[in-house]
Amino acid sequence: MTEYAGPLPTPTIDTAPFWEHCRKHELRMQKCLDCGHVRYPASVICPKCYSENSEWASMSGKGTIYSWVVFHQAYGAFFAGIVPYAVAIVELAEGPRMLTNIIACPLDEIDIGMPVEVAFEDITAEFALPKFRPLGKP
Amino acid sequence: MGSLGDKYAIVGVGHTKLGKVPGVSSIGFNVLAIKAALEDAGLTREDVDGVLVKYPTSGFSSLFSGKLCQALGITNKLMAVIDLAGATIGTMVQYAAMAIDAGLATTVVCSYGDNPLTGPPGTYGRVNSDDAAFGFVGAPAGYAMAARRHMKEYGTTSEQLGAIAVAFRKHASMNRNAQMQKPITLEDHQRSRWVVEPFHLLDCCLVSDGGAAVVVTSAERAKTLNKKPVYVMGWGQAHPAWDIAQRESLTVTGAKRSGEMAFKMAGVSPKDIDLAEIYDCFTYTALVTLEDYGFCKKGEGGSFVQNGRIELGGELPCNTAGGLLSESGMPGMLLLVEAVRQLRGECGPRQVNNAEIAIASSQGGILTTHATLILRR
Ligand SMILES: [Zn+2]
Repeated sequence: MTEYAGPLPTPTIDTAPFWEHCRKHELRMQKCLDCGHVRYPASVICPKCYSENSEWASMSGKGTIYSWVVFHQAYGAFFAGIVPYAVAIVELAEGPRMLTNIIACPLDEIDIGMPVEVAFEDITAEFALPKFRPLGKP
Repeated sequence: MGSLGDKYAIVGVGHTKLGKVPGVSSIGFNVLAIKAALEDAGLTREDVDGVLVKYPTSGFSSLFSGKLCQALGITNKLMAVIDLAGATIGTMVQYAAMAIDAGLATTVVCSYGDNPLTGPPGTYGRVNSDDAAFGFVGAPAGYAMAARRHMKEYGTTSEQLGAIAVAFRKHASMNRNAQMQKPITLEDHQRSRWVVEPFHLLDCCLVSDGGAAVVVTSAERAKTLNKKPVYVMGWGQAHPAWDIAQRESLTVTGAKRSGEMAFKMAGVSPKDIDLAEIYDCFTYTALVTLEDYGFCKKGEGGSFVQNGRIELGGELPCNTAGGLLSESGMPGMLLLVEAVRQLRGECGPRQVNNAEIAIASSQGGILTTHATLILRR
């Protein structure tokens, strides 16, 4: 693949496992082993019960659009090549909300409440971005 | 301690040139603004024993407040940089009053100055989190995300947001300090290019150089100074704090709890307010703040801002100098300066008749922080 010129994730001690799972096209988040709460973004404790015990649980990858915007202004050369593009907050079936892109969907068909599913996009050898497309769309 | 309402006052306000002002550092804008505010109050550097400053958005080094004090020739008892983005403005005045009440200082200057327009490039488009990998960059997008949710939940329209931009520009046309003074129409708003949909360009505040400052002291001392004191009747703060994707609601902001606290402390209600200076980094910010303060019901902000209600001569004149949308994009201190000037009766053609009580909001991040001040003459 040609060299990817967009901003890359910058994994931290907390978020590195999330991105490593994404690289393998697995959407995993930390699930509290004491109260069952699924948290995102990654953290050292459960924000509900303060337990330090968690596992990287596999997510269904399905959710709905909570809100969305369309970027027309390009912040930098890379984005000038891809505007207009949609950024959304997707609420996963397991509860957490995440910031992502909506792909494989005409911009004027996007709506709040629309069912979507994860679609990983390999951008470099180290990173795949968890984006979302309309549910059931090939 | 009992209620601090009415015990402290703003006794001086000042600002630098606004707009595109090359050749002045962020320290320089703070120094010039504080100099102007002290002159307005009839005070000198010897009278000041507290300096509070908002961190410059364009970046700063540690102990920024110390460098500012050095440039001002002030050694003091109280100094701090506060990091609450735009809400720093309202909180500085609160902390100034609390510090004076606690005996830490007698006279405190609160300042913000920066040069994002002519200084370091890319201040507001800086990439600083993994969100950037999804192209989620810059200030408008988060507010646009919240506005979209409001539109879906309550049927709010882009034309209603446009009414806010038109009203504030009309006010700026009566303010010779304003960065944008040429009136606009609703059609101009609708025709302006998309930035991040649902925001047009004219939904977004300006990017500006400049500085502004206020001087806070006790009510007793205030009575001995140059200008009519403007008393701080009530204040509040509430900080939703979390990333917008994690927020419980995108359509209720910190303004709700912050406003409730301020109204309770001041012992007044929205119907007592003569004018409002509402933080308007985007049109939506002003709309949702007016709702959360209780000037109208939740979800009715769209119709509330139409038909001249928030214009001079209307039921609740808002952002009478033009706000961030038209006077200066400098985050919020000028709203406070204008509230003080209105209550002193200094505003000439844009003066609100018999203005007695004003509310000033400040907020920052992406509806992340909020502070409220209720002021009276
Ligand atoms: Zn837990």
